[in-house]
Amino acid sequence: MRVEGIPASPGYAEGPLFDLEQPPTSYKARASAEEEKVALVSAIGKAVDRLAALVESADGDAAGILEFHIAMLEDDALSGPALAAIGSGQPADAAWRAALDGEIAGYEASDQDYFRARAADLRDIRDQVLRALSEAGEAAGPPGAILYGEDIAPTRFLETDWSEGGGIALKRGSTASHVAMLARSRGVPMVVGLGDEAQTLTGVALLDAERGGLIFSPSPAEIEAFRQSASSFADRRGAAKTFLAEPAVTKAGTAVRVQVNIAYPSDVDGIDIATCDGVGLMRTEFLFGKTLPDEETQYRAYRKVLEWAGDKPVTIRTVDAGGDKPVPGFTVEETNPFLGLRGIRLSLARRDIFRVQIRALLRAAIHGNLKVMFPMIAMPDEYAQAAALFAEEGVALAAQGVAHRLPPLGIMVEVPSVALAPEAFADVAFFSIGSNDLAQYVMAAARDNAAVAHLNTVRHPAVLRLIAAIAAFGRERHIPVSLCGDAGGDPSAIPALLEAGLRDLSVAPAQLAMAKAAIADVSV
Amino acid sequence: MSASAEATVLITHAVGLHARPSVKFTKLAKSFAAEVEVAVAANGPWFDAKSIVKVMAAKAPKGTMLHIRAKGDGAAQAVKALVDLVQRDFDEDADHARSA
Repeated sequence: MRVEGIPASPGYAEGPLFDLEQPPTSYKARASAEEEKVALVSAIGKAVDRLAALVESADGDAAGILEFHIAMLEDDALSGPALAAIGSGQPADAAWRAALDGEIAGYEASDQDYFRARAADLRDIRDQVLRALSEAGEAAGPPGAILYGEDIAPTRFLETDWSEGGGIALKRGSTASHVAMLARSRGVPMVVGLGDEAQTLTGVALLDAERGGLIFSPSPAEIEAFRQSASSFADRRGAAKTFLAEPAVTKAGTAVRVQVNIAYPSDVDGIDIATCDGVGLMRTEFLFGKTLPDEETQYRAYRKVLEWAGDKPVTIRTVDAGGDKPVPGFTVEETNPFLGLRGIRLSLARRDIFRVQIRALLRAAIHGNLKVMFPMIAMPDEYAQAAALFAEEGVALAAQGVAHRLPPLGIMVEVPSVALAPEAFADVAFFSIGSNDLAQYVMAAARDNAAVAHLNTVRHPAVLRLIAAIAAFGRERHIPVSLCGDAGGDPSAIPALLEAGLRDLSVAPAQLAMAKAAIADVSV
Repeated sequence: MSASAEATVLITHAVGLHARPSVKFTKLAKSFAAEVEVAVAANGPWFDAKSIVKVMAAKAPKGTMLHIRAKGDGAAQAVKALVDLVQRDFDEDADHARSA
């Protein structure tokens, strides 16, 4: 019986399920309120000592989390209400639990994902002290177990011995939690959001953290299929690792540039810049959430990525809202949004918003090797208008004495008109093929419609012919051509893309190693 | 007669006054003798800036105008140091650069 969830850290685990919600051992009440208070204070001290010992052996991210827990535990504001409740007759464990549950409820009520995710930290803090109070540690799961429950505490994660494998399967949880972050950096498979399916927790289970699922009481056939997927994943990961640190080269010795696609500035925190040739696509839609971002917010986001990349190029795409990415207060409702006011069309229609982004980009450009590209260009005039706005804002910044630089301006190739008649765009600084949209428009198959997914393929000769044409045009006119769609990181599409003449791909960071491995297998 | 100071600063850090920055913020506040308080609105409520429990409970996301006030010895220095820390994004970028 398979239950679907959301992958939080990729991988596979096969092992016994271990129930994270075993009732904690019971607390023995003390003789007086004074002794109850002493018991609580010393349990808090014990929890702090245990955390301090863990900090010694923890690396950056983990140490930061533990130091936060220590600071919370050492704050009298946390224990104050509990000590007061003991004074009025409550036992230490109930008083502490009630005080912390109040704090936890406050975090759970936050409308910010980040602060909501901190509820797990508060539960961890609560349970560490309860554990110390009952003077009996939690039973540890057997080696290689899949820890299963509502949610898991960061300290629980750090205290678990993962050397024998194992994984984490949570009914709730969040991919943004501290544990998810730790699991990704340690390579521990983790799935969240499995829901409340009542299941027997005996026997072996299979955790598929690549697609996101947990199989209870698997059949022999399920076990065999699972082991094949797991071994293929391990092979891919193992083989790819040897390629990650090296520049990508084909079997024939042809060098291929491999850059990364990022959606959030924080994405770069987990990437070693030495393993890629820069950022081939930085999306900027993340900035356009509930509210339209101001210039300073945008400037800081762009600057962070530029400084991280050093002298390697960072290609930022101006906002590509519309289509399947509506933005309240910016996009318009349309019956056929993929063919409507999206990408550069929308930016040129809402110049007030576009100019803010342009100013932020011009100012950020001095902090690195910035390139800027426009999405959804169909006509040369759209590029000319957008480039003119960059020039105008540059003049305005110069008049105000604000430091800035005009970056090279290129275009996305995703509307078939550009790929069919590239000669109209001979003055752009570079082309970047958006293969997802190009395939969708060539094949007339929406990206978000599963019923026509089989039509939406980059490997159709019609799409590949257009890619080859734009690559040839770029070579002839000395205009760089790259590709930043999903196909760039797809090992089954990479041979065809290189054969079409591309030598510059941009892929999701997690696909970097596997893309390089696939390139090494091509003989062009 | 004791010194007092007050200032307002915009939180620009991506996730606001979150766990790690709160540790830094309260540690810095504790290094001053003055009584220091923070609020996310000009008219309060005011929280003890030396208590991480209180500072985290303010749940100040990015874009919040954080009000800081201090009373007593070194009040002006305390407010200035805390404003600087927020404006430097809690030195988080520097931390990332080191670990990269």
